[in-house]
This record gives sequence, C-alpha cells and structure tokens, in this order.
Amino acid sequence: MNALNANIPEGALEDKWSNFKEKAKLVNPANRQKMELIVVGTGLAGASCTASLAEQGYRIKSFCFQDSARRAHSVAAQGGVNAAKNYKNDGDSVYRMFYDTIKGGDFRSREANVYRLAECSLALIDQSVAQGVPFAREYGGYLNNRSFGGVQVSRTFYARGQTGQQLLLGAYQALMRQESLGKVKTYTRHEMLDLVLIDGKAKGIITRDLVTGEIERHAADAVVLATGGYGKIYYLSTLAMGCNGSAIWRAHQKGALMSGVSWIQFHPTSLPQSGEQQSKLTLMSESLRNDGRIWVPLKEGEQREAGLIPEEERDYYLERRYPAFGNLSPRDISSRAAKERIDAGFGVGPMKNAVYLDFSRAIKAQGKAKIKEKYSNLFTMYEKITGINAYEQPMLISPAAHFTMGGLWVDYQLMTSIPGLFALGEANFSDHGANRLGANSLLQACVDGYFIAPYTIPNYLADELKAERVKTSHPAFDEAEAQVKAKLQQLMEIKGSLSVDYFHKTLGKLLYDKCGLSRSKEGLQQAIEEIKALRNKFYTDLKLTGDEHLNSELEKAGRVADYLELGELMCLDALQREESCGAHFREEYQTADGEAVRDDEHYAYVSAWEWKGENEQHVLHKEPLTFERVSLTVRSYK
Amino acid sequence: MKLNLKIWRQENASEKGRLVDYQLDGVTTHMSFLEMMDMLNQLLIEKGERTIEFDHDCREGICGQCGMMINGRAHGPLANTTTCQLHMRSFKDGETIYVEPFRSSAFTVLRDLKIDRGSFDRIIQAGGFISASTGQAPEANSIPIAHETAEAAFDAAACIGCGACVATCKNSSAALFTAAKVVHLAILPQGKLETAKRVDAMVQQMDAEGFGHCSNTEACEVECPQGISVLHIARFNYLYHESRLLSKT
Ligand SMILES: Cc1cc2nc3c(=O)[nH]c(=O)nc-3n(C[C@H](O)[C@H](O)[C@H](O)COP(=O)(O)OP(=O)(O)OC[C@H]3O[C@@H](n4cnc5c(N)ncnc54)[C@H](O)[C@@H]3O)c2cc1C
Ligand code: FES
Repeated sequence: MNALNANIPEGALEDKWSNFKEKAKLVNPANRQKMELIVVGTGLAGASCTASLAEQGYRIKSFCFQDSARRAHSVAAQGGVNAAKNYKNDGDSVYRMFYDTIKGGDFRSREANVYRLAECSLALIDQSVAQGVPFAREYGGYLNNRSFGGVQVSRTFYARGQTGQQLLLGAYQALMRQESLGKVKTYTRHEMLDLVLIDGKAKGIITRDLVTGEIERHAADAVVLATGGYGKIYYLSTLAMGCNGSAIWRAHQKGALMSGVSWIQFHPTSLPQSGEQQSKLTLMSESLRNDGRIWVPLKEGEQREAGLIPEEERDYYLERRYPAFGNLSPRDISSRAAKERIDAGFGVGPMKNAVYLDFSRAIKAQGKAKIKEKYSNLFTMYEKITGINAYEQPMLISPAAHFTMGGLWVDYQLMTSIPGLFALGEANFSDHGANRLGANSLLQACVDGYFIAPYTIPNYLADELKAERVKTSHPAFDEAEAQVKAKLQQLMEIKGSLSVDYFHKTLGKLLYDKCGLSRSKEGLQQAIEEIKALRNKFYTDLKLTGDEHLNSELEKAGRVADYLELGELMCLDALQREESCGAHFREEYQTADGEAVRDDEHYAYVSAWEWKGENEQHVLHKEPLTFERVSLTVRSYK
Repeated sequence: MKLNLKIWRQENASEKGRLVDYQLDGVTTHMSFLEMMDMLNQLLIEKGERTIEFDHDCREGICGQCGMMINGRAHGPLANTTTCQLHMRSFKDGETIYVEPFRSSAFTVLRDLKIDRGSFDRIIQAGGFISASTGQAPEANSIPIAHETAEAAFDAAACIGCGACVATCKNSSAALFTAAKVVHLAILPQGKLETAKRVDAMVQQMDAEGFGHCSNTEACEVECPQGISVLHIARFNYLYHESRLLSKT
C-alpha cells in the first residue's frame, strides 16, 4: 500500500506551504456550485472549514449531534490560542513556535506540518478579530498575551477564561451566515454512523436523526470528518458526554488508517474525582499555572489543612524537579509528576487523589483584584462545583484524560488513506506528535479549517469534477444502510442485564489504570484480554430500554460499542512502542530519576494501523519521520 | 438523602405530557443535579423502563445544552447557574422537586425534558454575524480597541444560548438573547457597520419565531448563567429605533 506517502511538498521548510498553494489545482467558480461536500462536525475545525468552503461557492451539508452547531465541545476550551505574532517582542517567531511544538511533541510529528501550523497562526488571530472575537486587550487597545506550559514566550491570545467559546462563536456565526445565504444546510441532532465508499473513494455518509430515529443517506463529492477527540473513552475526562470516536472508527473500518492511537494527554489541572456517580472531570484552565504554585505536603499522610502547613514543609515538586519551567512545565510532565506524588502517598483532599494549586503568593504580590480580573470565572466555577473559595484556600487539582493526539492518519493535505475523505482538528493525528502544547489545539482546529482545507479540498475536487455526481440510490448506500440498521437492531435485541454506563465506566477504569498516564508491557497485555472479555459481555449482557426513536441509551450504546474496539487498539499501539515519548510513558523505559527514555533509532515513526476485520489482528504500517531542520534532543525542561 | 421527584414525561411533540412521581434514595450532596438524574435513569433501566430524556453535553456550564425548570425556576434555585453546575447540596433531604422542560411557544418539547431551540440558530442566521469572509481580515493590531470596549463586548458575547432567559420570562421573550448578540457586535469597530441591518433582521426573526415582547420584568438577568445584564436590552432597543429612523431617511 502506498498510502503512507505523506505528500510533503518540495522546497525548504519555510517554502513548502507556499509551494503547495502556488501549484494547488483550482475549481472554476461556476463549477463549484455543482459540487457538494459533507462536513461532519461543527467544532472549530468543522465550522471554519464549512464556512470557508461555502464562501468559495461549494454547497455543503454540515452535521453535529448537539442541538446547535454552537455547542460543539470546542466551546469548552478556556485558556487560549497560540500565535507567533511576537507582539510582546520577547523573541518569538514562526520558527521558534515550530521548534517549541516539535519539541513539545517529543519529536514525533512531521516538520512540514508543524511549520505550517506556526506559519498560519498569524492569520488566524487576524481572522478571529475580524469576526468580532473579543480577545483580551491592553489599555492601549492592542492585543494582550499570556504564556502557557512548555514555552518561554508569551504567545497565547485569550478571551477571559472562555477562549474556545469565543472562537467557536466566531466560526459558528460565519457558518450561520452561509446558511442564511443558502450555501450550507446544517443537520443538528444527527449522528454519522457510517461512511459510504464508491470505487474506493469517500462519497457519502449514513446518519441517524437522533429525534426521529430515522436512518438517512447523504451523498457528496468528498467527506470531511471534524468530529473531535475520543478522550471520553476513559469515561471520566474533561470532554463532553457526547464526545465519541464513532465517526472516525467507522471510517477506520472502511479502510482509513489510525495513527498514534495511544497518545492521549492527561491535563494536569482538572478537578479530582469526588464520588462514584461522577460523570465528568471539570478542567481548571492551565493558564492558572501562570500564577498558581503546585505543591503537596512534604510529610506522607499529612493531616493538617493546607494553610497550617508551613512553607518549609511543602514540596513544590515541579519547581524542584524542573527549575527552568517550574509550574509551567508541559502537561505530560506535570501530570506524571502529580501522579507520582499521589501514588507515593502524598496526595491531598478527601480521597487523597489531588495536589494543591495555590494562589496565595500571587494574591499577595498582585492583589486580589488583579487575580480576579484574570481568572474570576474559573474561581467562580471552582466554587460552584466544590463549594470552596479559592481566594482563601488552595484549589485541589489532579490529572484527567483530556486530548487525543492520535486519530485518523492524514497526509500533508489532511486527506486520510481513503481518497476524498479528509480529517480535520482533533480527529486527525497530525501536528502534536506525542504530546500537545497548551493552546495549540484550538489553533490547529482553526488552521485546518480556515486555511488548509480551503486549499487542499479544492485541489482534490478539481480532479473529481469529471466524475459523475453520485446518487443515494447507489448500491453502496443500500449496503451501508443495511449494516447500520442491523447493528442498531443487534444492540436493541441483546436484552441483558447491565446498562451502557456500566460498560463505559468499566472500560474507562481499565484504560486509566493500564493505558493511561503510564503503561507497561504486562499491564497492556492484560488490558487487551480484559477488553476482549468486556466486549463479549457487552454483546451478551447489555440492557437497553426505550424505543428506536429518541433514545439516549441507544446513542450511548453505539458509541461504547466502538470504544470497546478502539480501546483495544489503543493498548496495541502502546504495546508496540517500546520507548517513552510524550504522553506515552512506558515504565520499562525511564531513567533512574523517572524521566522518559525515547528511542529515536527504532521508534522515530508514526504508527498507522489498518483494520482487517472483526476479530482479525490489526496490521501496523509505519510512516518514518525524517528531521531535516531540527536535531533530536532529549526533551529536557530542567 | 432521599428525594421525591415529579418529572415531566412526554412521548413526543404531538402527545400530551404529565408529571410522574419517582422516589430516589442515596443521593449525596456533592453529586450534580444531572448525576442525580443519571442515577434515577440507572434505576429505570434496572426496572426495564424508558429513561428520562434530558439535554446535556459539556456538564461544565458552557455549551448551553442543558436546561430544566426545577421547582419552577429555570436551571433551579441558584442564580446565574446552569442545571449541570447545580449540585445536590442546594437541596434538602426529603424534599419534593418538580422538574419540567424549558417552555416557550418558540421551543418545542421533543421528548420529556428535551426541547428544540432551533429558533435561536435562526435568529443568528438573520444577522448575528460580521460579514468577514476568510482571507479578508487586516492585521489584528491595526485597529486598536479600548480595553473597556473589549471587556464590554465580551460581557455580551458570553451568552451560552441555553434559553433560560426565555423560559423564565412571562412573555417568552428572547430579548436578552438577541440583545446580547446585537450589542456584542455593535460596540466593536469590526461589527459596527452592519448594525442597522443586523438589528432589524434579528428583531423580525425573533417575532417570526413567536417569541414575545420584553416588558422589562428583568427576570432573565437573574437566571442567565453568564449574568448578562438587562442593560443590553436597553441598548438593543435604542439601536433598533435608530435603525428604524435611519431606514426612513
Ligand atoms: C475542557 C477543555 C479545554 C480545552 N482548552 C483548550 C485551550 O485552552 N486551548 C487549546 O488550544 N485547546 C484546548 N482544548 C482542546 C480543544 O478545545 C480541542 O482540541 C478542539 O476544540 C477540538 O476541536 P474540533 O473542531 O476538532 O472538535 P469539537 O469541537 O469537539 O467538535 C466535534 C464536532 O463533531 C461532531 N460530531 C462528533 N461525532 C459525531 C458523529 N458521530 N456524528 C455527527 N457529528 C459528530 C460534534 O457534534 C461536534 O460538532 C480544550 C479541550 C477541552 C476538552
Ligand atoms: S451541559 Fe453544557 S451547559 Fe450544562
């Protein structure tokens, strides 16, 4: 299979994207309205792509499972979005941002993709401001910045603690504008359940109307998946309840390769679990680490309240272990360091599963008013959830599953291994390597949708113009629809005794323990067997109530069925990678003081898994990573 | 703690609904309201009954998908808090809790507590945007915006579109929702140019959807999860009248 050609354009790193754009094929304006596209997802990646391509003149069908496009989970991003504007004159540049991102990803991403991300970051800020995104401003009226984990410059733009919401509303409004112009039709409360291939090319999807339960067919000249991340596989995570891996998984079963599947980021500053019924872990933005200091008591099993523990009996473990970056160390490192302290018995809080995030010094130095201005909504949110006033007591935080670096394999043009199927945003694997830097993923979702897909998709469509427009009466649609219906019926007919949530929670716990913040060969092998057994139990003992119309339990069942397969592939991916890199920490591969040991000689590649059928072994393909500009160094934040 | 729940059950948009009684034991104070609902649904599954349908997604107060009338108040007893952010520590052991959908002539009940808020999307489609296509934007710092202006725009833009303002309003008015968008865009230099056209089109759409008129009861501000001020409605009215005047000259 030659699918693993990443199609990187010729030329020096700085020129590749320009070279591509100069040569990319175009579709003439009169022909654009003859072509139809499907975009699944209305998050930053989906909405921006749909709006931008509709502006060019294509007709687009846009899908989301929420009741409005504005509710995609991009809305929940708090902290900010990166761009190498260098407004602070602190030494930032496109190259530096590129380097920080490559290094942050532990040298497991493509140079060319990452460089393009940094390059396009400049235009994104311009675009968002033009749409009315109310980014924070200095008193002189110019845009303000703050710094985020893993970098030494201030390149993060933010809108209080609701940056994702404001960026998304900008993209959503652009989308609604195109809808009012008749270019876009949005299908809310619709879930994609299968991809339709005709002659090996993506030509449509099968969806379920979540209100009526109707199974529908949609045909198009190309299909875009911008369906977000699958971190909800752990059940407890910072993702929304409906986030799923189903769209990409069904595409995977139709032949799209999946990459870096086990690279999952745990966010260091989430609220800890506080009880059995808990359904979600709320994130406290990483930006809090700009002013908050992280610590645990020096004494194991400490009983005193935080305020009563004197300075010299506190262990500011990030400042101790990583003096250069301290509390702003990258996420994987901060999360693992927290887990290390918690596992060693120094955890705090009622369940001893947390660490402190303390603002007392910042409040003393800057005043409560300043801290309030920067973070008031986060402090309010913290109080709403926990009942605790964080101006007076330190917050309790702990790591939580948060972001999936892995996803569908895509080439430089964001096309998957299936011609005509594109994957954008968190749904693809591309730019973050084995660890994503904070505030880079809003950026990636936006850049994919506003600036990359509007060149690469027409480049593909130009050749499709001659092809016949497909109709939903094609036998490939009959077959896909029949499969979808059979699957739904199968789930309804199991009539066992255990609820979907039981299976989701069990899978989540298992993955958290064995394929979470740290992994081992033995644990992963066990996990694979346990997941297989759990999957068998699912298909013999699942209990669904309700009917085939509006039925949340049925929706969840379909997602968990896919998670039960995806979870196994995650373990397989983690098992084959016998090194530690980024978020992937294999216990066997660490230094004496617990730092990750990467193996560039054997593992400087991207894994790309091929589905071979139910109960068949996945096949591993490798896309070797070659580095022309950066030299691979040990990723040290000391 | 133990609760007596009276929950609205309705098969679909065309059938009539009713309140159904449920008893729930073992609820703890740090559970969220939706986790309490999850727990009840688990019991219903055990009994082989259809679960109670309700909307939710982010469960952190930002997506705007959740929303129920709890004891007659939109999003429950706390001011400025979404249903998903409400915790059971706000209730007492043995309490009776009424749970109903957000109601308005412009929101249809789909099943149980789930409603259709598509009317909000259509109000935005009518004009709730700045006509700036991808690629047209000038350098971001070329138009300075005063710190206070950016903050004021944010205050309006923070709306999560949950519909609590409508549900709590005796007139079912969408004035706060619409005003928030109009003001957000009108006070920014980028959005100012289209104000007259925008406000006119959005008001027309608001009326066409069947939302009522605002009679300044100010009930909406209390329930709004983002605490969006009713002063935006005053400004919105001003901009509306200004647009009418302009269209006459
Ligand atoms: C709590 C939180 C905070 C974050 N904070 C930051 C931050 O500060 N900075 C940063 O850079 N990044 C942050 N991130 C990450 C960032 O928000 C996401 O990576 C990014 O927004 C993903 O955008 P997306 O468009 O790819 O996906 P999403 O916004 O998740 O959108 C997915 C879309 O796909 C649709 N969809 C999914 N499956 C289906 C299906 N089967 N059928 C139909 N539709 C489907 C959904 O309805 C939705 O419209 C944060 C993430 C979380 C969870
Ligand atoms: S579930 Fe998102 S606001 Fe409540």
